[in-house]
Formats: sequence, structure tokens, C-alpha cells
Amino acid sequence: MATIAAAPPYTQTAAESSNTGLWSWLTTVDHKRIGVLYLVTSLIFFVIGGLEAFLIRAQLAVPNGQVLSADMYNQLFTMHGTTMVFLAIMPLSAAFFNFLIPLQIGARDVAFPRLNAFSYWIYLLGGIFITVPIFFAVAPDGGWFGYAPLSTKQYSPQINMDFWVLGLQILGISSLAAAFNFITTIINMRAPGMHLMRMPIFTWMSFVVQFLVALAFPVITVALVFLQFDRFFGTNFYAIGAGADPLLWQHLFWVFGHPEVYILILPAFGLVSEVLPTFSRKPLFGYPVMVYSGILIGFLGFGVWAHHMFSVGMGPIADAVFSLTTMLIAIPTGVKIFNWLATMWDGQLRFTVAMKFGVALVGMFTIGGISGVMHSSPPADLQQTDTYFIVAHFHYVLFGGSMFGLFAGLYYYFPKISGRFMSEKLGNWHFWLSLIGMNLTFFPMHFSGLLGMPRRTYQYDAGQGLDLFNMLSTIGTLVLMLGTLFGLINLWKSWKSGERASSNPWGAPTIEWAIPSPPPEHNFDELPKITSRYPLWDLKGTVIAKETTVAEEAGFVQRSAKQLGIPMPNPSIMPLITAAGVIFMFSGMLFTDSNIVLAIGIMITGALWWISALYNWLMTPLEDAH
Amino acid sequence: MTATTLPAADHAADGHGHGGGHYTTLGLDNRKVAIWTFIGSECMLFASLISTYLIYKGRSIKGPFPHETWTEPSTGKVFPAILDIPVTSASTFVLLMSSFAMVLALAAVQNKNLPKNTMGEKILGSSKLWLWVTCLMGTMFLGFQAFEFTAFIREGLTIRTNLFGSSFFTLTGFHGAHVAVGVCWLFSLLAIDYKRGLQPSDAMNVDIAALYWHFVDVIWIVIFTLVYLIK
Repeated sequence: MATIAAAPPYTQTAAESSNTGLWSWLTTVDHKRIGVLYLVTSLIFFVIGGLEAFLIRAQLAVPNGQVLSADMYNQLFTMHGTTMVFLAIMPLSAAFFNFLIPLQIGARDVAFPRLNAFSYWIYLLGGIFITVPIFFAVAPDGGWFGYAPLSTKQYSPQINMDFWVLGLQILGISSLAAAFNFITTIINMRAPGMHLMRMPIFTWMSFVVQFLVALAFPVITVALVFLQFDRFFGTNFYAIGAGADPLLWQHLFWVFGHPEVYILILPAFGLVSEVLPTFSRKPLFGYPVMVYSGILIGFLGFGVWAHHMFSVGMGPIADAVFSLTTMLIAIPTGVKIFNWLATMWDGQLRFTVAMKFGVALVGMFTIGGISGVMHSSPPADLQQTDTYFIVAHFHYVLFGGSMFGLFAGLYYYFPKISGRFMSEKLGNWHFWLSLIGMNLTFFPMHFSGLLGMPRRTYQYDAGQGLDLFNMLSTIGTLVLMLGTLFGLINLWKSWKSGERASSNPWGAPTIEWAIPSPPPEHNFDELPKITSRYPLWDLKGTVIAKETTVAEEAGFVQRSAKQLGIPMPNPSIMPLITAAGVIFMFSGMLFTDSNIVLAIGIMITGALWWISALYNWLMTPLEDAH
Repeated sequence: MTATTLPAADHAADGHGHGGGHYTTLGLDNRKVAIWTFIGSECMLFASLISTYLIYKGRSIKGPFPHETWTEPSTGKVFPAILDIPVTSASTFVLLMSSFAMVLALAAVQNKNLPKNTMGEKILGSSKLWLWVTCLMGTMFLGFQAFEFTAFIREGLTIRTNLFGSSFFTLTGFHGAHVAVGVCWLFSLLAIDYKRGLQPSDAMNVDIAALYWHFVDVIWIVIFTLVYLIK
């Protein structure tokens, strides 16, 4: 039986490391490089979304703020939500899906490497499509939820919402393509012995998320198609005068929208479930229950959507049912919290920055979770809905939950991604400023919300007891921005000149830590045989939680895929060209009202463009014949 | 030298083992798993479209209506029930039969290398023939739909007329677009068959096209029942 050896990064062969030019990034089909592309792009959008939030807070710092016009304020809160949900948190999770899933299941790549590249390019170009209008003050202005009929031509006659309708459809293509790819990868490309109940918990949570994406995104696609047809072709889906149901959009949107919040949080849960065991030197407490609760959250996530709609008057039966299902979903979520606590209980805790972010998620998410259960009671929700109390709730779960979990994952996996550690010193600044800034920003919103301050309103009068809370929130935003700045500086400096990391610097248990940091192009010299849930802790003769050092691994030379005779997929520019054609086709829609001939011309050109690129792609074999 | 070692899997399980195919956990081709995932997702797409149609059924404030006559109050003009069930039954039959031809086309590709002695074996074993039949029947279904749409527009029902028009044209139009994609896909396979001949090693590519085609067919059965047959 052969063995797989671990090694540090700087002994990779020259042929592999020299292949880093721009063209190699445009044509890459390597899941690790695509993961890095997702990481960098989503962080850029995270900064843009953060600056939008800062402008909102600047406007609200004092009563009757004059920083922004009402119109600009609408555009900013719409784009802040849209950017953070679709362009920052989801793709930041996708960065980890891409980088980690094949490594964690013992595969050489995803099932469809070029489709994976296509997903990224659609995301990048779609993100640009929906973001650029803000610089010309014509950004979408109907909220990230785009409620129709408010978003129909009758009430939003400008081009603003056209960008949103088309942009979200474009981004949906990216998420759906990625979901089919990852479901296939996880079902069908696990290394021998990697049974489902031996899969690393991050891969498990990602698996659940991909099903949520595959089943929830078609619903918003249909809702958006209706809206697009209403706006461009004069159909009646949201036309109340023609007898349309004013709640149709809300139902379709939230059937998508509630699974979406689990799409945003479950990857972070998965990452934290990797971080806590390693830094507690204990296996995850109740692994099977963690898996089942993740699946249950995903399943119940499709049955709670109307709790976003208690105030529309659905009647006592619907209110009661959705109230109960919402309370029910708190159970598997609570199970996770207690399992994390039990994992840390009596462990040998090491408080690295990754661990701090992980522990912070447990605390902050619990606060957001508890205020979430409060809204599950319709009478309470009627007082809270559309106030800053809701804003406080979902920022605790999205910032204190998703973002802290993703930051924990970033600090934890950065050595594997780059072969270098992130600085603990800068990381501590990043962590503490983020934690303090987050609480300073969002905790006062509980009070301003319960005092009745409405969301999405650009001014408030003095003398309502709101002044202090709003000022605190704005100061908190500044602290939060400072913390994020430390995080970005840390990322940049560590990427350039961080301390070298070995293959398993944390003494972690899962198989991605058995290969060099960063991993070679082909990941595994030979596919591993998996015999347990925590292979690196369970191997005979290995000290439990053994950390490796760079010195121990000196002298190991990683052989390239070519030397090992492993067939690798060829790079291809076609995913990028196809994605560009799709975006071009969609952009033609923007001219439907102003110049129908131009619009049809662009759409036909775009369609021919991406179809011919697609045929070229499909007719070119992925690998050279072997 | 090494800090951590993992046992390696048997060489036959590796990506470059015997048989040329890649190792997969289920032993199934990745394309097959992916197309089933895609079909699962498509179910939600059509479920949303069909639900909207059913929710809006009977909510239109003016006609024409699918199953009832309507008299325009201002002009007194009478619009008959617009759905033509006999014609659509014919197009449904054509589409269902195309699935049958699709099954024969896939079997012909899979069994390309079997000896064909009798006339019957030669006919059944001709992948070109059955792909042609499938394509033409799919095209014929699209022709029926084009005829239906133009007839409706002549009779005064467009996608803008009322809720029924909006939801009907969007639902059946989406289905028609799926049929059109399927026809293009099958014609592409046919082109390959003429260029170099589809071999049993290509069977998976035909298999996933067939799965898609049957799915589009099954969805039509649901649409035909819910939209046309139930009043």
C-alpha cells in the first residue's frame, strides 16, 4: 500500500509555480484558483457594500440628516442589501466551496471544471452589471427584496429596477450552475471509503446549501421573469388593476428568500464546525446530530417563508402554522449551538484569531437567533416588522453569524490556501474591532427599533429618543470599518510575506491537511483511502492532533501531475467568453423601451455569441486523450 | 521527511485506472448525476409557473377565458372558450410518441455494435432514423404550439390581455422553449451521428439528452391535465 506524503509549498516544481500570468487566471479551470478568484472578488464587493452601509449610517447619524437625498438613500440601502447577500456573502462561501470541497472529499477537482469557471465569470460580470449603476446614480432603488407592485413600471418607471431584475437573473445562473456542479461532485467524487457519514462537516453543510440553491433559485427566477415580462412586455402578473394578487411576489420571493438565509449561514456553520474541534483538540461533539440538524434546517427552511409576511393579513391559520414552523426551526439551530459548546467543553482550547471568530459566532448568532424567535410570534412581529429591531436581528445573524464564521474560516484555511499564516497580531485588531464595532452598531438598533424607528426611511425627527442610539450605531460603523481595514491589510501583507506554514500547521484532523500548503495542482498524488471521520487523528502511530512544522517537511519535493502521469483538465477561455455572451444578451433587454431594434439586435448577437462559444466548449475534450 | 501519511486507495480506483473512465463513488457517470440534479431544479421552476397559473385561474376580470364563453360588456361581442382541446390532444400525442422514439434512439446507440441481420433489426438499430423521428415530432409539437398561439392572438387573447393570457402564455411558452432547446440538442446529436457516427461510448451523451427530453414530456402531461383538461 502506497503512502501519501505531506510537504511545504516552496518545493513545487518550477513548471507549476511559473504558470501565474493573467492569461492563466482567465483560462483556469482549477477549483483552487477559482476559489481564490471568488475570495478576492467577494471581498472587493464586501468593501463596496460596506461603503454603501457607511453612507447610510452617515445620513442617519443625526436627526434630519442632509448627507444624502431620499432617492440616493433608496439606491444605497437597496444596493447594500443586494451586494452583501448576492455579491459578498454567497460568493465568499463559494470561495470555500471551491477551494475546500474537492480537498475534503479527496477529489482532484470538481465534477465539471469548466462549468465551475463559467459560474465564477457569470458572477463577476453579473456583479459588475448590477453594481456599476450606483456610480451613475441610477442604481436599483426598490429594496433587495424588490417587492412588486412597487418594482413594476407603474411605480418604478426608471431604468433602476431593470438593472436589478436582469442582474439577479444573471447571478442566479451562476449559483445554479455551481449547485449542480457541487452536488454532483459531493455525491459522486468522494475518495474510496469516504462514506457520507465520514464527510467533513463543512462539506456536509455545503451539500445541504447546494440543494437549497438548486431548489430555491428557480422560484425567484420565475418571480423575476414575471416582473421582467410585466416591465418590458406589459403582462399582468403584478398588475392589481387586472385582478393580480398583491401577495404573489411576496410569496414567490420568500419561498426563495427564506432558504436563502440558510444558504448564507450554513457554510459559516460548517466552517466553525471545522475550526472549533481543531482548536479544542476534540472531535466535534455529536457529529451525526450536527449533520441531521443541518439537513433539518434546510428542509424546514422551505416551510417558514410566510413569517416574513405576518403583517399582510394572511389570517389566523396561516399565521399560526408559520409561527409554529418558525419556532420549530429554532430547535435544530439550538442543537448546533449546544454541540459547539460541548465540543469546546473540557477541550485544550487555543485562542487563535480563527478560534476567536468561531467562538464569537456562537455568541453573536445566539443573540440574533433569540431575537429571531421573538419575531416568530405574530403579535410581537406586528410591533417589530419594518423597524430597526429587524435590522438588528438579521445583522446579528448575518454579520455576527455568517461573516464571523467566514472570517474564522479565512484565518483557519489561509495557510492551506496560500502556504502562509495570517498575522495573529493584525488579526487580533481585526477581531476585537469587528466584535466591538458590530455590537456598537447593531445592539442600539434593538432599542431604536422598539421605539418605532422604521427601516428604509432616510430621515427621522429629533426628540423621539432616537438620537443617541443612531449616533452610537454610526460610531459603531466606523469601528467596524477600521476593523475590516485591519483584516484587509492583514490579508494583503500575509499573502505577500506571511510566515510560512506547513501542511498541517494547526494539527487538524481532516484530509485536506495531509497534502502540501498550498496544494499541488492535482491535490492528491494518489487518491486516499478513507477509514475514519478524522483520518489524521486516528492513524496508528500518529500523535493525536500533531502539528507539523516547516522544518520537519524540508527536503520533500512535490512531483507535478505530469511527472506522476495524472491527466489534468486543460485550461479554457470558453467559460469566460460564454459568460460574457450571456451578459451581453441580457444587457440588450435594457434598451427594450428606448430602442427596440437595438435591443433585439443586441440580444440576438449575444445569443449567437454564447451559443457558438458553448458549442466550441462542448466539442473540445476536457483533457488530452490518454 | 513526512509528518502525516494517509493510506492510498487501490490503484484501480485512481483516476487513470483501467477502462479509461474516471473513478466515481456511485459508479455512475457524473453527467447522469448532474442531469438529475438539473431536473430536480427544473421541477421547482415549473412548479412555480404552474402554481401561478392555478392561483390566477378565474381571477381575470375580462376575457377571453379558457373554458367559458365571455361577452364583452361594452360591445356585446361573444368570445367562445378559447382552449382547443382536440388539437392540443393531437399535439400531446405527438410529443408522447416522440419519447418512444427517443427510447429507441438511445437503444440504437447503445447497441450499435450488435449484428443486424433482419430488416426489423436494421430499422430498430438505426440511431439516425429514431433521432430524426424524435426531432421531427418535437418540431411538430412546436408547430402545433405556434398554430395555437397565433390562433389565440387572432381571437383576441395576447400575453397582455388578462391574467389568464399572461400566465398561460408564460407557462406554455416556457415549456415550448424547453422543447425547442431539446430539439436543438437532438439535432446536434444527429449532426454528430452523420459526421462520425454515434458509438456506444457516446451513449451517455444521448442518455442525458433523453432524460431531459422525457422530463419535458412529463411536464407537458402535467400542464395538459391542469390547464386543458380540468375545468
